[in-house]
Formats: sequence, structure tokens, C-alpha cells
Amino acid sequence: MDEILEVLEKDARLTPEEIAKMVGKSPQAVRNAIKKYKKDGVILKYKTVINKELARDDVKDVRALIEVRVAPQKNVGFDHIAERIYQFPEVSSCYLLSGGYDLLLVVEGKSIHTIASFIAEKLAPMEHVRGTVTHFLLKKYKEDGDILKGKDKDKRLAITL
Amino acid sequence: MKYRISKIAQQIPPSGIRVFFDLVLGMKDVVSLGVGEPDFVTPWNIRESAIFSLEEGYTSYTSNKGMIELRREISHFLKRKFDLEYDPEEEILITVGVSEAKDLVMRTLLNPGDKVLMPEPCYVSYMPLTALAGGRAVYLHTDKNNGFKLTPQQIDSAVDARTRVLFLNYPSNPTGASYTKKELARIARVVEKHNLLVISDEIYNELTYDFAHTAFAALPGMKKRTVYLNGFSKAYAMTGWRVGFACGPAELISTMTKIHQYTIMCVPITGQIAAVEALKHGDRSVEEMKKEYRRRREFIVDGCNKLGLECHTPQGAFYVFPSIKNTGMTSIDFCSQLLKKEKVAVVPGTAFGPSGEGYVRMSYASSLDNIKEALARIGHFLATLP
Repeated sequence: MDEILEVLEKDARLTPEEIAKMVGKSPQAVRNAIKKYKKDGVILKYKTVINKELARDDVKDVRALIEVRVAPQKNVGFDHIAERIYQFPEVSSCYLLSGGYDLLLVVEGKSIHTIASFIAEKLAPMEHVRGTVTHFLLKKYKEDGDILKGKDKDKRLAITL
Repeated sequence: MKYRISKIAQQIPPSGIRVFFDLVLGMKDVVSLGVGEPDFVTPWNIRESAIFSLEEGYTSYTSNKGMIELRREISHFLKRKFDLEYDPEEEILITVGVSEAKDLVMRTLLNPGDKVLMPEPCYVSYMPLTALAGGRAVYLHTDKNNGFKLTPQQIDSAVDARTRVLFLNYPSNPTGASYTKKELARIARVVEKHNLLVISDEIYNELTYDFAHTAFAALPGMKKRTVYLNGFSKAYAMTGWRVGFACGPAELISTMTKIHQYTIMCVPITGQIAAVEALKHGDRSVEEMKKEYRRRREFIVDGCNKLGLECHTPQGAFYVFPSIKNTGMTSIDFCSQLLKKEKVAVVPGTAFGPSGEGYVRMSYASSLDNIKEALARIGHFLATLP
């Protein structure tokens, strides 16, 4: 991966000037590269990683992982049915997997009931869907490489030779 | 009670910056670029292997030289990385960090009055350890004009009948300077000419950014003249484990082992087991850390220069050594005032010898956010100087 992307993936708030210093290019070159990445859809958007375990919400979103078995369709395989499923805003992630089932969904909702009704009313009755298994998520420890704890303190002495 | 303290111990000058250090350590919320160790914790696979070893009951002494598994891994590693060939049975000794190794090698090589050449500014322990072993340290001045590097001419003209040893440390703490293979080859010729031995402290060798690191012992004819020192602290973020090693001619290693056997016995087994894991599965972590350091290096060098603190680009380690001469302040004044006014800690260059006057050492083993914050505060500090 281009070093500009590598650097941005770690910290999206870096300015082109700062990135330029770090990767040894001119700020203009970095700006151009980022522009092109955005245009090509390589850079989709910039987000903030929030540790929701610590963000004190009154109502916490419920999450579930749903295994979905589907019957593939002629010519389009799984893509068509996947698209019909992932368009629902409740679905935050959708993967096609090898193994005992086909699609793995991450679904978010306000409560267990919201998710249950999504499955019962939308997902399960869908044509080509052969079955679902739902796992409710109890606790998140680590997500996308980030450990969801409070910030670690620097344990080093403030000055050493 | 009046104690009679050893004369040799008394002759070691007290560290002049202890007071400054205490000041830093007593202050809260300091943004510190004064830390001489990685800001990463030891990679988990290494920590996990140590925990497992404790569960399994590995709590005993090891062989004085260190576990043979570890010495074998080191031997493979040195061959693979630096084309060095050391026999794990006879030519490698595991030590309590490079610090112990330096002490052992000095005591092994020096007789009273023998001289040891060393570049300066240099790491704080070289001179005292030379003195403790009965030798005399001879400082060879380096500064920003020669990129803080020794020249062969400098060594050549410093040698006299009592000169026995040349001490090298590259990449250098505190200057970050390192040597290319060509530059080392020229130094090797002077070493040969004057029949010197070389103690080469290459603890930062994995953190070399602009060219491949060349081990001094890998140069033609130099293996028999070199004691190569390295350890796990910097590359694997294992400072607190205290594991290092010395490699050299069997006769020297055997004498070093003799001293080590009576003073240390052996390096703690848990650290040795962790070190084996580091060598077996640590390459990826090292690469990741190195990448991160390199980016920060570009950032901090540029930042210093923009603030008017002239800063050469160091080729390795994780330190920059900018000049503060245009402030007209001494290093210790600069650092004390910066600490008091802006709560930023950097190390006075004079901690590393008289040639460090007019410089400070800043470590970029610190998060980018920290570096940015420190640079902003230093900018503010400079702007408020009369």
C-alpha cells in the first residue's frame, strides 16, 4: 500500500504538509495523491474511532452477528442476494465466507427486539435465504486492531539516558 | 561515620545533570522528549512466551554464558542479517544488557593506564567504565560539521603507545549518527595500522534508516579485532528485560565469561526465553516500529529546523541532536528553562560530554501527537526569549 495511505489509515487528521514530511514528498504531491484516491474511491471517507464502551449512552445499541445460509443464483452467484441484504441500514457489515454458511452479517439495532423483528420480517422471509443463526454480542474487547480499554498510561520514566 | 571510599570510584565524576533529572521526574504533566527507550511495549508474542515459561516453571539458573538455544538463535540472526559468523558455543555471551557487556569487555582488555579512544558526545557510561577498569578515556571531538562522525585521520593522530582500544557506537546515542560501509572500511584501515581492538556498541543497528547497517566485525580482517555488542532493548522494545550479548574471539569471550560468572552468574532466565521468541518471531514487529520511527524522524528534523534549531538528519537510532547555539544559552540553561516555562523535557547535550555543549538531545520514541505538542511549546518558548 502507498505510504500516504498507510499514514492516513493510522491518523486521518494529519495535514498534507505533515504527511509530506513523514513520507518525504512535497505537500502538493501528497494533495494530488489524496485527491486522486478520493476520486477513485480508494479513500472512501474519514471517520473517528469511538470507544462506545466508554461513551456513556443512555441507550446502547445492540449488535448481533448473523450467519445466513443462502441459495446461490444462476449467473450472479451470491452477489445479488448479498446486495439485497446489505442495502438495509441495519446491516453494518456483510461478508461472504467459506465454510458452513455463506454470509456473515453484523447488524445493529436499538434493542434485541429491533434486531429480532429485522430478522423475522426482513431477512428470514427473503427469497433464497435458507436459514439464519443469530449471535448477540455481549462485550467488545478489540475492534479493527484497537483494544477497547481506557488509554494506556506511559509507564516509562519521563527522562532516561 | 567517615567512610573510606575507593579512590577509583571517587574519581568518577558525578553525573552533572542529576539535579535536572530530579526536576523532570518531580514535575507532573511533562511532555517528554527525554526518554531513551522505545515508546512501544514489548510485542505481545514475546511477553506471552515469558508468561508461559513462568507457568511451565522455568525459574532456574541457566548456563553462565546464557541458554544455548538463545546463543544459537543469535548466531543465526547475525549470519542472516549482518553476515557475521559467531560460534554459539565459544564466541557468544549473554549479558545483562549491553551495559554489562561494556563493563566486562573493558575489564577484560584494559591494564592500568591503557587508553581507550571514543567519539564524543557519546553514551554516558563509556568513560566511567573505562576508568573503573583502570583505563583512560580519550575523547575524540565530533560536531555537526562532520555529522558527529569520527574521521580516520582523527583516530590516526590520537593514537599513542598506550592506545589499546577504539570504542564505536553507531547508530549513536545521543547523535543518531551512523557510518556507511565505506566509512567503516577507512576506519578499519587505521585500526589495522595501529593494531587496535574495537568495541563496537551496535545496540541501535536495527534502527538504521538511510542505508544498510554494516557490522564492524563483518569488515575484512576485523572479526579478530572486534567485540561486537548488541541487545534486545531497542529493536524489540525490551529495555526492562535487560538482555544483551557480546560476540568476539573465543579467548576474549572466555575471559569475559569468567568475570560475568563471578559478578552476575547468569542473565535471568525469563528474559532469555523472551529473547529467543523475539529472534524467532520478532522481525515483523521490528519492521513496523522502524517504519514509525522513520516517519517521526522526518517530522522532528523538519520541525527543529523550522524553529531555527539547526538539526542534521540522523541516520539511525531515535534521537535528534539539534543545535541551540543561536539562543546564546548553555544546554543546561536551555533545558531547565524549557522545562520550567513550557513543561517540555529534553536532555542537555552536555550529559554526553563537553562537545555536547550547545546541543540538546530529543527523542522521537514518542507519539506523533507528543512530538507536535513539544515542538509547538518549544516554538513558544523560543519566541518569548529576550
